[in-house]
This record gives sequence, structure tokens and C-alpha cells, in this order.
Amino acid sequence: MADTAAHSSPSGAGHSHAGHGPGDGATKRDFLKMVAGAGALVGAGAIAWPLIDSMNPSQDVLALSSVEVNLAPIPEGSGITILWQGKPIFVRHRTAAEIKAAEDVKLGELIDPQTDADRVKPGHAQWIVLIGICTHLGCIPLGNKPTDPRGEWGGWFCPCHGSQYDTSGRVRHGPAPLNLYLPPYAFENDTKIKIG
Amino acid sequence: MVGLHKSEFKNPVINWIDTRMPVFTMMQKEYGSFPTPKNFNYFWNFGALAMVNLVLMIATGVFLAMNYAPNSAIAFDSVEHIMRDVNWGWLIRYAHMNGASMFFIVVYVHLFRGLYYGSYKTPRELLWMLGVVILLLMMATAFMGYVLPWGQMSYWGATVITNLFSAIPLVGKSIVTWLWGGFAVGNPTLNRFFSLHYLLPFVIVGVVFLHVVALHITGSNNPLGIEVKSPQDTIPFHPYYTIKDSVGICVFFIVLAALVFFAPNFFASPDNYIPANPLQTPAEIVPEWYFLPFYAILRSVPNKLGGVVMMFGAIAVLFVLPWLDTSPVRSARFRPIYRQLFWLLVVSVFALGAVGAHRPQGIWVVIGRLATLYYFLHFLVILPILGKLERPLPLPESISRPVLGGGPMPGGSTAKPMEKA
Repeated sequence: MADTAAHSSPSGAGHSHAGHGPGDGATKRDFLKMVAGAGALVGAGAIAWPLIDSMNPSQDVLALSSVEVNLAPIPEGSGITILWQGKPIFVRHRTAAEIKAAEDVKLGELIDPQTDADRVKPGHAQWIVLIGICTHLGCIPLGNKPTDPRGEWGGWFCPCHGSQYDTSGRVRHGPAPLNLYLPPYAFENDTKIKIG
Repeated sequence: MVGLHKSEFKNPVINWIDTRMPVFTMMQKEYGSFPTPKNFNYFWNFGALAMVNLVLMIATGVFLAMNYAPNSAIAFDSVEHIMRDVNWGWLIRYAHMNGASMFFIVVYVHLFRGLYYGSYKTPRELLWMLGVVILLLMMATAFMGYVLPWGQMSYWGATVITNLFSAIPLVGKSIVTWLWGGFAVGNPTLNRFFSLHYLLPFVIVGVVFLHVVALHITGSNNPLGIEVKSPQDTIPFHPYYTIKDSVGICVFFIVLAALVFFAPNFFASPDNYIPANPLQTPAEIVPEWYFLPFYAILRSVPNKLGGVVMMFGAIAVLFVLPWLDTSPVRSARFRPIYRQLFWLLVVSVFALGAVGAHRPQGIWVVIGRLATLYYFLHFLVILPILGKLERPLPLPESISRPVLGGGPMPGGSTAKPMEKA
């Protein structure tokens, strides 16, 4: 704004020459401009924030944060998919062979090392509860039904880019970098869990 | 005109852009050094306020649309969802709702200013007409926006206003069916109103741009209504009027905040918090306050087509106002008779507003008819004749004169003309 300098800071005239000591060129007007500018910025932020925050999950979405699942009808070797917070949750009833396969893996062989015990609730090793979203790019892996392709490790197989998970939901073959995530859940009794 | 612009900006990045696309030079010219009459009063804030208000409405509206559902089955619930569940949803909706009322207050004052100081007179006729187009677009936008919450007033307001078109001879019925997309106001109507309610504000932005382009060709009018004679009569827009406008903007936001936080439903009808019911009309149908004077004109005419024509005519006279007012003197300050009749017009408009808010019975009918009569008399009869009969007061020589040398200066100092622009 070089050509309005004469108009915009009339009091600044004469301050550009040497001999005014420290703070040369800095006027009270400069200070007032900065304070006013900073005040306007804070105001703009205060106005913008409610608009931005309105795009976050609303209270009714947050209220849908837990679901209960009845485990009784799920046959051994099979799993179901339920919806929690808009995401698919796999609840699978593992066979003894599947549990053993998951427990016997050496941690060194894993891409994202974690023991099977860390991924199930104590005393309920036959139940594995996972967020059914491939950690690669968000597809839903196959494998809940015994007839689905389950991959080489008998767990889940992602049809999008070929990632494979074992019976503990741990990634065994890329491109997925991480194990399937675990949702927060608790057993209410032996045949009922509460997710969320 | 092909060729690079010779930019005077020192900042290398700004200079680089400005050389290829001189938007910085343009902004500097139109909003920085733009020569503006130096005698503006606070009435000249309202154009800038309307601009701020338009931005506020578009910003809040865009975020409301993220959570609103334009379907007659869930529209009402989605508005309640915004009010109760969406983070800050109540604030955004109340700001939008009261922002609409503020917008009309601001624009009506802007229009009042134009009428009082003769801003519509040559060479600003086109500027004025673009303003009337903006007013019409605003009314259409506000009306359709009011339908969206799908409450009782939304529904029956939509029914009444769209039925106005049934007054058109021969094709009226077909036009109304076409507007509705059915045989009553319903889901198709709501869908198209939402679509248009989202579209029209951007059309308004376009016309506002033209309004400002026209303004920057003719330059602003001023309280004296006389032309700028020399650079001494002007000051650069920045910082003088950016600061003066900022004062008004602060007051504007204080008033808006007072409404939003302390009386958010001050302008609202409680009936609109009842979901739309096509089988029951509320006992009293009242439009939003900003439509009341026009609504009163509609009801004052005891003939369906006549009422509709008069109501639209109330805006149409504004459109041709530059040619109805035959006086070459702009500012009412120098028109002793016009000034009194102007206030009579203001009184009649307020009276019409009051009439619109009451049942058309008894004294209200009489007042409504008298006020309607005066409204049209003022524009169609008085203004054309008055310009020829009235003897205006002597106009000042220039804008600087009454400011700097209009009389003896205090302390006996002699007023010298400024030497520099």
C-alpha cells in the first residue's frame, strides 16, 4: 500500500529519518494498529469456531455410542457383523483350532506384534471382537461366514488390495500395516457384550 | 487491452501477481485511495453493513444446510436437530434467523437514506435500479427461507404467497400448480424452495457486485446531495471510511448479539414451532415483519387481482422513481416541502406495517386504505408535480464550503482552501 502511505499514517511523516533513538519508526499508531488487528483476529476466530465445530459429531451421534450384542445365536466358527457408530464390528465365535492357531504364533513373525491374549477378554478366548475395517484403506474384509475367503491364515481377507488377517485379526500379509483395531467392549454376562 | 500491468507494489510476490492480474491495484484504487465525499454521516454506513450482513447470512446458511434436510417428512425435525444436537446449531440458526431481520433493517435504512438524500437521481439511476433488484431478490430469498423450517407459518405463508399468482387472469391456476409442483404446497415445493434459497444469495452477490461497479463509476452521493467539485471535497476511502464503517459494524454486531442471545425469537412467530399441518390453518396468519407493509397494501384493496397488482406496484414505483421525481435537487435538506412529505411517506409506511400486523377490521381497514393511498399518491402524483412547484433552498457552493468556510470560524481564524488533495 505504498501509495497510500501519506494518507494512512499522517503521524508517521518525519519518523523515518535517523535520530529518534531506539524504536525508530515504531509509532503509537503502529501499536494501536497491531492491537486492533489482533482484536479483530480474535473476534474472527470466535465467530468462525462455532461454524467449524458444528461440523463435529452432533450430540445425537455421540449418544449412539454403545450397543449391546447377544452372543448366544452365533455358531462356532462363524461371525456376525453389527453396526457401532456407523462402523462394522466383527464378533466371531472361534473354534478351538482357531484359538490355538492364534495363540501359537511367534511374535517375531508378525507385522504388528501383539499376543492373542492381549486381543481377547480373559476367560472369553472363543470370542474375538474387532472393528471390521481394513487398516490399509478402509475396506471391509471378508471372512465372517465360513464360506467366505479367509486367506492363508484362516482369519479375514480384504478384497480391495489383498491384505490378510489371522484368526486374532492380526495382519499377516500386506499392504495393511496394522492389526484390525479393537473396539472398547465388556462382557455383561457370558452371552452378552456391550460395545462402546 | 492486452499487456502486462505496470505494478507499483514493492512486495515481490504481490508485484508478480499484480503484474499479471492487477487485482491488488484494483483493490487499492477502489477501496484504498478511492476518493469519497468527506461529509458522509452515519447513514452512509448501511451499504457496508448490508455487505457484512450478506456474508453473515451466506456463511451461517452454508453451515445450516449441512444439517438441514429439505424433505417435508423430516424438515421440521432436522431444524429441531440443529437446535438441540448439532454443536452450536442453536447459535448458527438464531444468527441466520435474526440476521434476516437485521438484513431488512439495514437495507430499509439504506433505502431510506437513498430516498431522503436523493441518491436515485441522475447519474445514479442504474445504481438505484440495481438496488431495487437486490431488494426483490432478498424478498424472494427471505420468503423461501421462511418456508424451510416447515412449521405452520412456513406452510401457510407459502400457501398464501404462492396463491397470489392465482390472481393472474386465465393462467393463474396453472402457474400456481407449476410453482407447487403439485396440487398443494408439499414436498416438491419444499425441495425447490430449498434449491432456490441456496441459489439466490449468490445471484444477490452478483448484483451487489454490479451495484458496487455502478457506484464506483458515479461516485457516492453525500448528505448535501451536490457533486464533488474538486479533490478538496474528498478523502480516501481508506482509512477514513473503513474506520467509520467499522464503528457501524461493531454496533451492528452488538445489536445482532443482543437479539441472538437475549431475545432470539423476538421477530419469530410461535406458530412456526408447530409442525406444518395441511389440514389446519393457524388462527392468525402474519408474515414476517419486513413484509407487513406490503401485506397491508394487499389486504387494503378489496379486489384480488387489484391487491396483488398494488402490492407488486409498491416496489415497481421504486424502480421508476428516478423519472418520477422531477426535482434536480437531491438532498431533502434543501427541499422544504419534499422533506415534510417525505416524513409523511415514512409515517404511512410504518402505519402500513402496523395495519399488516392486525386483523383487517374496523379502524385498521381505514388506516390501511389511507396509508396505501398516500404511498402511491406520493410517488405517482406528488413527486412529479412537486419538482416543478417547489422552490429549493440555495445549495452550497461545494462540499468543502459549509465544512470549512460556511461561516466565521471560531477564534477568528480565516478558512483557507486546502492546498493539497
